[in-house]
Amino acid sequence: MAKIVNREEMAQGTIILNEIEAPRISRKAKPGQFVILQADETGERIPLTMADTNPEKGTITIIYMIIGKSTARFKELMVGDEYFALIGPLGKPTHIENFGKVVCVGGGTGIAVLHPIARALKAAGNDVTTILGSRTYDLLIMEEKMKSASNTLHICTDDGSHGHHGFVTDVMKKVLEEEKIDLVVAIGPIPMMKFCSLITKEKNVKTFVSLNPIMVDGTGMCGCCRVSVGNETKFACVDGPEFDGHKVDFDELAKRLASYLDLEKDSLAAYEKCKIK
Amino acid sequence: MADKKIQVPRATMPEQDPDVRRRNFEEVPLGLSSDMALTEAARCLQCKNPACVDGCPVSVDIPGFIKQIAQNDFQGAINKLWERNALPAVCGRVCPQEEQCEGKCILGKKGSPVAIGYLERFAADRERKTGTGEVPAVAETSGKKVAVIGSGPSGLTVAGDLLLKGHSVTIFEAFHKAGGVLVYGIPEFRLPKEIVASEVSALVKMGAKIECNSVVGASITIDELFEEGYDAVYIGVGAGLPRFMNLPGENLIGIYSANEYLTRTNLMKGYLFPEYDTPIARGKHVVVLGAGNVAMDSARTAMRLGADSVKIVYRRSRDEMPARAEELHHAEQEQIEFVLLTNPTQFFGDENGRLTGMECLKMELGEPDASGRRRPVPVEGSEFKIDCDLVVVSVGSNANPLLTNSTPDIALNRWGNIVGDPATGKTSKKGVWAGGDIVTGAATVILAMGAGRAAANSMHDYLTLGW
Repeated sequence: MAKIVNREEMAQGTIILNEIEAPRISRKAKPGQFVILQADETGERIPLTMADTNPEKGTITIIYMIIGKSTARFKELMVGDEYFALIGPLGKPTHIENFGKVVCVGGGTGIAVLHPIARALKAAGNDVTTILGSRTYDLLIMEEKMKSASNTLHICTDDGSHGHHGFVTDVMKKVLEEEKIDLVVAIGPIPMMKFCSLITKEKNVKTFVSLNPIMVDGTGMCGCCRVSVGNETKFACVDGPEFDGHKVDFDELAKRLASYLDLEKDSLAAYEKCKIK
Repeated sequence: MADKKIQVPRATMPEQDPDVRRRNFEEVPLGLSSDMALTEAARCLQCKNPACVDGCPVSVDIPGFIKQIAQNDFQGAINKLWERNALPAVCGRVCPQEEQCEGKCILGKKGSPVAIGYLERFAADRERKTGTGEVPAVAETSGKKVAVIGSGPSGLTVAGDLLLKGHSVTIFEAFHKAGGVLVYGIPEFRLPKEIVASEVSALVKMGAKIECNSVVGASITIDELFEEGYDAVYIGVGAGLPRFMNLPGENLIGIYSANEYLTRTNLMKGYLFPEYDTPIARGKHVVVLGAGNVAMDSARTAMRLGADSVKIVYRRSRDEMPARAEELHHAEQEQIEFVLLTNPTQFFGDENGRLTGMECLKMELGEPDASGRRRPVPVEGSEFKIDCDLVVVSVGSNANPLLTNSTPDIALNRWGNIVGDPATGKTSKKGVWAGGDIVTGAATVILAMGAGRAAANSMHDYLTLGW
């Protein structure tokens, strides 16, 4: 179980795709839901929102960026290897209906999370305009898949290597000015989601974001993933991971994500040193 | 004869020295030697109508197993225990014996009760270390399939009882390791995980199947379990939703629920970081809010993770602290401070969102409240600050709605706990029983086991007689 049946390296090897055998999860999972993965007995529990599911084949797809020891360890798992633990589907699914005109904004591995959501929104009859961003074009993932999941696709790169030279927020602003948009879904790095939400709040356009706080159990049992939404504390694992972007305290989320930064650096350094030996 | 027995003093449990143990995760009590156990067992009066058995939620034949120890038949003793209790090594360690069996022991009226807990632990440890490894024989197979949701104390009890009666049992566990609160909650120094693993493996030897990483309600629903051919379901998922205090600053970095703090440390082995990958903050000045057993576990864990100071902050007085006397005693020996009649009002942090301290109010005791305990009342103008870099909130748990939301036809009370028949654990849904904290709210290991025992009997009737 939890065997990797397909593996791809993306964005110059900084982002990895795993298609994993998980018949039960693949049948139940809906867009917006996540799984928790653990590479081995000594590993951390890492939550990742699913990028795709294939119920016929009995597989799910996850896409992760290598940022610390745990994801570096994930990277070593090849086709045929198994994860020690795979739990899901967890969290609330995205609310899908025909809203009308929808703008999907994605950055980094947030694009992977956005993919099944955009596809479901399009299938529900929405007119989906997708805006994807990356630092440089070589780091952009899933362009083709997002093209087919959307009616219109815009690409933005910070360095101008492809598409619009600048941020996703520039293009989103323009789209919001040109036509009446019923919903924005923004998934990516925290600053991206924060600034998208600030802009759409001004324009009074309903906005969902998908949050990625640190988690342990993922079932509401520990409260590690608490986020401030409006004036309430929510558990992202069971109340989310999607929330009203206009109400999320992104600054608190960013700080909480840095809770273990020093320990994580030590852990990764020790791991890399060990690998060199 | 009786007088003579009273004169033999109760065995004293050898323990790790407090100054040493407060910095390590090894078990605190070291266990009785065979000689000590023989002497202690000989103190038992072998009452004809033993009050101790009435005090035991699973009705262990206490004089029976003690008699076997006294006769030097240690295998006989463990067999006696197993007749009523699948987890003797656990119960010998974590049961509140002073309120149960030992609290009723006739010797306790004039002197000290028989150390029933120590003897239970002795018999179980002896079997684990030197015994045959044999497990109780199971009855001929009934052809019935039972799903047990949750592998904590009540689920393990149900599994053990129904296996003995010949039913096929599959245990569904959300985490990657079986044991529930016994592995994620209770610390290594109070209940070594090797013991839980050994009690679980005995169930596996008896034929139990364990499906880890299965969150019933998310991975699979109860109705789907019935569709897959299960004849009956037991829900023993625990309480599982930590309470916070809803105070300003409670989301600062460094404030943990007890569930998170203990899960990171125990289940994920954060105390062995970086050998294990899950980090845990090592606070210098730690405050634990609450005064139950879980609060004591958290405080003593913080001390072992290297804290300079650990304070229990509790709004009532010493007499109302809900933790077992032994836990309070152990905590005090390990230099945990009790800051009583004190209630937090807010938390302070730095520019990075990290906890730096908290504000508290002094309390005084007023009239008794609904719980019968005197209600703490704030003393006006008594605000003061405690500097701290780590806080563990240990003020109880509510019912986790993940499973019950997915099963709307199971009746809940107004707090979200499952309504189960107190005598049988039967729920409003046909073929479904429930017990332990998801029914009662947070309680003890042995009460959960008692509920499991009652449910298993009722489930057996249902599976064999149809009611």
